[in-house]
Amino acid sequence: MRSSARIVEVRQNVLKQNDLLARELRQRFDDAGVAVISMVSTPGAGKTALLEQTLTRMRNEGLKVAALVGDLATENDAKRLARSNAPVKQIVTGTVCHLDAQMVQRALDEWALADLDVLFIENVGNLVCPSSYDLGEQLRLVLMSVTEGEDKPLKYPTIFNTADVAVITKMDLAEAVDFDLEAARQNIQAVRPGMQILELSVKSGAGVDGYLDFLNPRVRRDALV
Amino acid sequence: MHELSIALSMIEMASEEAARHGAGRVNALHLKLGQLSGVVKEALTFSFEIACDGTPLEGAQLVIEDVPVVIHCVHCETLEVIESIQDLRCPRCGELAPEIIQGRELELVSLELAELEEVTI
Repeated sequence: MRSSARIVEVRQNVLKQNDLLARELRQRFDDAGVAVISMVSTPGAGKTALLEQTLTRMRNEGLKVAALVGDLATENDAKRLARSNAPVKQIVTGTVCHLDAQMVQRALDEWALADLDVLFIENVGNLVCPSSYDLGEQLRLVLMSVTEGEDKPLKYPTIFNTADVAVITKMDLAEAVDFDLEAARQNIQAVRPGMQILELSVKSGAGVDGYLDFLNPRVRRDALV
Repeated sequence: MHELSIALSMIEMASEEAARHGAGRVNALHLKLGQLSGVVKEALTFSFEIACDGTPLEGAQLVIEDVPVVIHCVHCETLEVIESIQDLRCPRCGELAPEIIQGRELELVSLELAELEEVTI
């Protein structure tokens, strides 16, 4: 036996499968006229609280909303969100620290997308791994709560860089934890120049109207055309 | 840590490519890794070594080329390499630069394949 070596070019994105599937999903969402918004944050930043509020308010406004929610374990979030009366499906990832396009595709199997106006996808609480996976969403929100500190964007620049909008949550606690809002804004801009920033508190309700006003034109069918 | 999933995707891709070229083994993989790819080099190298066991890639070398972030500055009308992903400013004029040209790569560039040839004596 004699061995020789040769070099072959591949030049392919390692996550090509995920990216192709995400592209298909995005096309499916567009064809069905459904706006798809994903949420990423650390565990405990308030994704589920904000989502529960969002689903309830949008339903009251006559929008047909639904949500997929990813967690390593438990179906607690889906149960919480079910209080909004919107269809909610839990994706239990087991040991996987992020959602990927295939998980989203599988979870959507039994749903008629054309009957929906808005679909929310709540990712697993994690500011690292979800940054590599496109889910086919049209808008990605990254949440950070005031209790996490204003330097969170500098610690996790990549996830902020893949997101479209930053939402600063738990603003009612800002004073109690000496949160420096201006520094937080500057840090977000440094890692994602030009990023839109929304500030709110689900508990006090401050900023929630502004946040819904921001989403509204993005989720209305007529606005999508 | 999602580097293990990424290592597995890479191994699958490389194994398919090696089989397509009729190669028995892969000596090395060349990967481009952008600073904004969201992948940690050390974790990927570690995961790769473990995940290669029992595959045609066992013992293969993972050669990683770090790809810096390059932005387009609309003020200077130039492309500039950014030192830190925590501060996406043009190093020339100091303005924030939203337009990223390079640095998100997670690309399998090439493979070094080992071919076993029967030699008749």
